[in-house]
Amino acid sequence: MAKMMYRDAIRGTIFQEMQRDPRVVVLGEDVVGGMGTAGGPEAIGGIWSTSTGLYDAFGPDRVIDTPISESAIMGAAGGLALAGKRPVAEIMFADFIGVCMDQLWNQIAKFRYMFGGKSVCPAVIRMPCGAGYNAAAQHSQMISQFVTSMPGLKVVMPATPADACGLLRQAIRDDDPVVFLEHKFLYAMTGEVPDDPDFVIPFGHARLARAGEDVTIVASGMMVGYAETAADDLAQDGVGCDVIDLRTTSPLDEEAILDSVEATGRLVIVDEAPPRCSLATDIAALVAGKAFASLKAPIEMVTAPHTPVPFARELEGAYLPSPAKVAAAVRKTLEYR
Amino acid sequence: MQLNREALTRAYRQMKLIREFEERLHEEIQTGEIAGFTHLYCGQEAVAVGVCEHLSERDKIVSTHRGHGHCLAKGCDVTGMMKEIWGSQEGLCNGKGGSMHIADIDKGMLGANGIVGAGAPIAVGAALSNKIDGPDENGRLAVSIAFSGDGACNQGTTFEAMNLAVVTKAPAIFVFENNHYSEHTGDAYAVGTAQDIASRAEAFGMKVWRADGTDFFSVYDTFGEVLEFVRTPGNGPAAVEFDTERFFGHFEGDPQRYRGEGELDRLRATRDCLRKFREKVTGAKLLTDDDLDTVDADALQAIEQAVADSRAAARPQPENVLENVYISY
Ligand SMILES: Cc1ncc(C[n+]2csc(CCOP(=O)(O)OP(=O)(O)O)c2C)c(N)n1
Ligand SMILES: [Mg+2]
Repeated sequence: MAKMMYRDAIRGTIFQEMQRDPRVVVLGEDVVGGMGTAGGPEAIGGIWSTSTGLYDAFGPDRVIDTPISESAIMGAAGGLALAGKRPVAEIMFADFIGVCMDQLWNQIAKFRYMFGGKSVCPAVIRMPCGAGYNAAAQHSQMISQFVTSMPGLKVVMPATPADACGLLRQAIRDDDPVVFLEHKFLYAMTGEVPDDPDFVIPFGHARLARAGEDVTIVASGMMVGYAETAADDLAQDGVGCDVIDLRTTSPLDEEAILDSVEATGRLVIVDEAPPRCSLATDIAALVAGKAFASLKAPIEMVTAPHTPVPFARELEGAYLPSPAKVAAAVRKTLEYR
Repeated sequence: MQLNREALTRAYRQMKLIREFEERLHEEIQTGEIAGFTHLYCGQEAVAVGVCEHLSERDKIVSTHRGHGHCLAKGCDVTGMMKEIWGSQEGLCNGKGGSMHIADIDKGMLGANGIVGAGAPIAVGAALSNKIDGPDENGRLAVSIAFSGDGACNQGTTFEAMNLAVVTKAPAIFVFENNHYSEHTGDAYAVGTAQDIASRAEAFGMKVWRADGTDFFSVYDTFGEVLEFVRTPGNGPAAVEFDTERFFGHFEGDPQRYRGEGELDRLRATRDCLRKFREKVTGAKLLTDDDLDTVDADALQAIEQAVADSRAAARPQPENVLENVYISY
């Protein structure tokens, strides 16, 4: 085990996988940082510090700094993957998915199905996502609802440094295309990360972040920490919560959710995205359909409102879920009847 | 230089106002009072002002993430902008947008933009609207302008917008501000056409111009020719590339390790549009140093006031989050 930041877990894992497998290549805007300048390559090393040092170690063929051209980045990731490489592409902010949706949705996600199972497209698309920086409507969004809805994509939302490592390694070694949603606010989070260079976390297996008997809280990404804080506060008042960290939203660990709800009878879902057609509604539908008889109270959802992400601190604070909002939702389910 | 004293003073004041606005933000941001990402326009003032001094409110502009200069030059209220950057409810966008999304539709300012390359097609749409509205009583068309950087010129959206404008003969003007960096990457690396953006527009079938973007008079005179061409019905779009410089980092907080030794000092000494303007107009005895010093003091005062007003301005309330998603729902 080594203590490190979430961002370093990501960079370190990419580094190790590039060392292990010459087919792994990195591409994205400013992933080298400083190309064509007096400072030269690696002058900056990626705006998230998730690719620093890769260029110096692996050179320009395998660490490709791209112009500002998301469609070309996404499409090239698809082409590299179809041609036998294992690209790890970075879309600098998940919001920029809007620029390159076709190459992800109509191309990468569908190749295998359209080609009758005859193609393999092991592309990893890393997308820093989420709010919390007052970066306003076009640099703050949670896009899990879009990508989770796309057949053909696997979707990962690591909530800790260890998970960032184990899930990213699985993503790079996985033969299917994977969208890897890194929450920008988690980059500085520190935690213990296993040293084992083959440490992988299989997809579709949720993590029980807290155990309790009274209420199930389902969360992913940055929302897991909020749920844990709420659960710890509630524990002081004798309320026990299961906190389920989904880890991957596609595939979804239905069993973990249903087993917990069957035991607690009460469910709170925390989702950073707006409330319509989201992970929250997806999981609520799952539980309503398959664990209806276990429910002792209506399902509570703590989500962003049906609005874009606002700029001002007060507004963004009101927009985002929070530990206090999660705790209030838990209390509400307990007060029912 | 066919500008009279009044026009020269006005142009200088606009440039100075932008400079003071940005220099002040650079200081204020260090204290942590202002939230979010801020991209400063310092160094490029002559472009925004040399372009917008030609325009009327009928003409539209679409800006970028580095939009403060374009907004001020197009007539957005300085205090309303400052309040927006402060996240106030009294800001131009009620604190919803912040630095990257300032807009004032009534002034013909169709928005700064957080998505690189997004502005060009929007400007073409506005230009198509200008074309439908037709020429004024003098037979001249209103125009719409897309400001884009050397980074934005690599986006497919920008290419598509240029071609659409050409084939529809839209009275659009593509203003490329080549400040030689997109974030931390040099145009020497990222722009394949030998750092020549205008040639791309030319390849799409447009008439193009090139000029020094750090010299107000070069921008003003060149843009006058561009405008003369595009305002003429039937001519369609045009493009102009201005060679310019950015004096601060890409965003506030950028360590700028990609810059060369002494680069910023050299740029400030040799490529400063305000300094060049002063040398030219005082040298030609069009305005005196005293005249310009008065404008300097006046611009500084306007910024002081805007900051003081922004600090005192009303903050948004949580319930405001839900407002203005729709007109009716
Ligand atoms: C679609 C999209 N991709 C990437 C970014 C991140 N980004 C913001 S500004 C910028 C550089 C833009 O360079 P340029 O067009 O030259 O404008 P300048 O910053 O020099 O004014 C980048 C990469 C973005 N905002 N939108
Ligand atoms: Mg630039």
